[in-house]
Amino acid sequence: MDNLLTISGSPHVHANESIKKIMYSVIYAMIPAMLVSFYFFGLDAVRVLAISVVACVLVEFLIQKYLIKGDLTINDGSAIITGVLLAFNVPSSLSTWIIIVGAIVSIGIAKMAFGGVGKNPFNPALVGRVFLLISFPVQMTTWPIAKPLFGNSTLDAVTGATFLGNLKDQVNNLEAGKVTVGQLIEKGLPQYNELGDIVGYQVTNYQDLLLGQMGGSLGEISVIALILGAIFMLAKKTITWQIPVAYLGSAFVFAGIFWLINPDVYINPLYHMIAGGLILGVFYMATDMVSSPMSVKGQIVFGIGCGVITMVIRFWGGYPEGVSFAILIMNAFAPVINRGFKPARFGKLKMV
Amino acid sequence: MKTFKLGGVHPPENKFSSSEAIQTLPIPKKVFVSVSQHLGAPATVLVKRGDEVKTGQLIAKSSGFISANIHSPVTGKVSKLDNVMDQSGYKRPAIIIDTTEDVWEDGIDTTPDINREITLTKDEIIKRINEMGVVGLGGATFPTHVKMMVPDGKKAEYLIINGVECEPYLTSDHRLMLEKGEEMLIGTTILMKALGVAKAIVGIESNKPDAIQHLTQLATKFNGITVQALKVKYPQGGEKQLIKALTGREVPSAKLPIETGCVVDNVGTAFAVYEAVQKNKPLIERVVTVTGKAAKKPSNFRVRVGTPISELIEHAGGVPENLGKIIGGGPMMGKALMSAEAPIVKGSSGILLMPLEESDRAAMKSCIRCARCVSACPMGLEPYLIAQEVSHKMWDRTEADKVMDCIECGSCQYTCPSGRPLLDYIRLGKFKVGQIIRSRGKN
Repeated sequence: MDNLLTISGSPHVHANESIKKIMYSVIYAMIPAMLVSFYFFGLDAVRVLAISVVACVLVEFLIQKYLIKGDLTINDGSAIITGVLLAFNVPSSLSTWIIIVGAIVSIGIAKMAFGGVGKNPFNPALVGRVFLLISFPVQMTTWPIAKPLFGNSTLDAVTGATFLGNLKDQVNNLEAGKVTVGQLIEKGLPQYNELGDIVGYQVTNYQDLLLGQMGGSLGEISVIALILGAIFMLAKKTITWQIPVAYLGSAFVFAGIFWLINPDVYINPLYHMIAGGLILGVFYMATDMVSSPMSVKGQIVFGIGCGVITMVIRFWGGYPEGVSFAILIMNAFAPVINRGFKPARFGKLKMV
Repeated sequence: MKTFKLGGVHPPENKFSSSEAIQTLPIPKKVFVSVSQHLGAPATVLVKRGDEVKTGQLIAKSSGFISANIHSPVTGKVSKLDNVMDQSGYKRPAIIIDTTEDVWEDGIDTTPDINREITLTKDEIIKRINEMGVVGLGGATFPTHVKMMVPDGKKAEYLIINGVECEPYLTSDHRLMLEKGEEMLIGTTILMKALGVAKAIVGIESNKPDAIQHLTQLATKFNGITVQALKVKYPQGGEKQLIKALTGREVPSAKLPIETGCVVDNVGTAFAVYEAVQKNKPLIERVVTVTGKAAKKPSNFRVRVGTPISELIEHAGGVPENLGKIIGGGPMMGKALMSAEAPIVKGSSGILLMPLEESDRAAMKSCIRCARCVSACPMGLEPYLIAQEVSHKMWDRTEADKVMDCIECGSCQYTCPSGRPLLDYIRLGKFKVGQIIRSRGKN
């Protein structure tokens, strides 16, 4: 009995979990979508992704080492996630320096200024993305159209609006009755050159949208790849079902109601599900544990809020895409939701 | 399969000793019998230095409504009345006895014959349970006779026998159900008579299929006793969780289980009641599991109360080289011991030997608000929030967020990926808020 015994309070065992494990399972879940972006956008996608990740990790390192002079947390993987998500949210043609600005805003302002991992009220990647969108609107909305890596057309030749961006442009035509949604889908969305002339039609069908054959940000294009990663995260219990189901469900119902009322102006809600950044936002950004509510009820409220705001912006807002703003707005409500929606307590049932 | 609804976790079960038959541990040379090994007031010592005592002789008397008698676990001479470090690490009064040859007090039936006939009346049973110093053997050591006295205006409907043993590693209840199943069910019938209930349910988790099968078969010979298999989930052995799992009823916040018409007793307690009532035998020995990843020979022992823990470790293969921590109880709720010389008490269900490499906690990191603690909490609390409030000494908010409902099961801290000592904070919160609530009552 010469050994010194360790004394500590119970419990004396611990689940085999760590911040690092959680963060890396999110990173692994994003690999399919990364590969799809490499396939469709080629080396440019590799460039954007690498710069974004390196810049995010470096900014966190520099701030912790020289400004805060505290413990380094760059090994926990959270800066890498922010880097990947930031890259996923920008077009592949974005200049290197703009990406670095985005990384500084994401990590420096949205994360480290609030105290680092676990303290940020808003999703850092989304803050960076929205900052870039407002500051560099042209660069952020010039989309190379996805072409397979080994396809016969060169990438630089074609740039165009995203499906949702283009759709938004057509709303005036729709409301004036010049064209119907059905016609647009059948014929494709018109594409314009700089002078505003129609130069061709962007044919977009479910299949293209699902696989990622469309214009858009790096990570949002392939719904199938994103859902594969989401299934992985759900299976590993990295994320829970509440926010995704509430978000997708409320967006679908909201879009569906307007589609039923006036199918000539409002597009089939299925398109809204698979076009744009909805799936990316639903599974990878709204579920960010740091900035979303804690209780099951709170998470459902949060998801519904995200879904409705997304569709309101898509229908009537100034931007074609509402996912980033919707999640950030609901992030701001998370503390209030936490206060208002407590978990179901034990012992509240009526007695027999 | 039935289980409770809210929260819960699945720690690895590691029941290494589940197929080890109960062995009787030799009586040690010296025993240290604590006078406060039950919930409530310490017992009053009846012996003095130099007194000769027989096994089963009353040596300390219950000193209040919530207190319990203590009997000599051995035959021998009282060598000293002294303060001895117990499993909590504090020195508490104890009776130290040097043992001689084992001679039992008259009137105690030490034969292994099963006595099936229940002759005592309801009141006689409760009196006998009180006399024999029976306390809850699940760990809380609440005096059993007090539980049997249902308050006026309340009615007991079910007796629930807790054979869940949801703590990882521990197997003492499991072995008892297998080896003393019939005696345990007779004890259950006695408790039913004392409570005046017609129905008893024995709840057992499905990781003990042999015990479920054995008791289900035995129960056919008893009136009103059913055996219910439960889905494996920690902390199902918690009183409130078990009532919920078996009857669907919830004990209201800050109320006792009797509000739901249920009284819960451990299988070990039911067996002790059998021995007390049918054999006139006081509670002086119990089954203790010695196990853990560092244990050389995981075993189940029948041990006299007061035996130093080092004796048990010796008989389970000796002190391992890489011993880092000794835990009195299970890994989720047990106490880390300061010394292996602390004695076994009525509430000791297991001794866990943890290797060095698993003894230290992980470094504490920032809370990433993953909400795993919220979904793990079987009481529907927000452990992360209570911990924050406690660290800021916001006692009013701590109370409003129901810190007193915490059953200290440790699920939150078990599941925290940031290695935060949530339960440490919550215990501090319970202590402070408890003080505040009591001082309020005085005004």
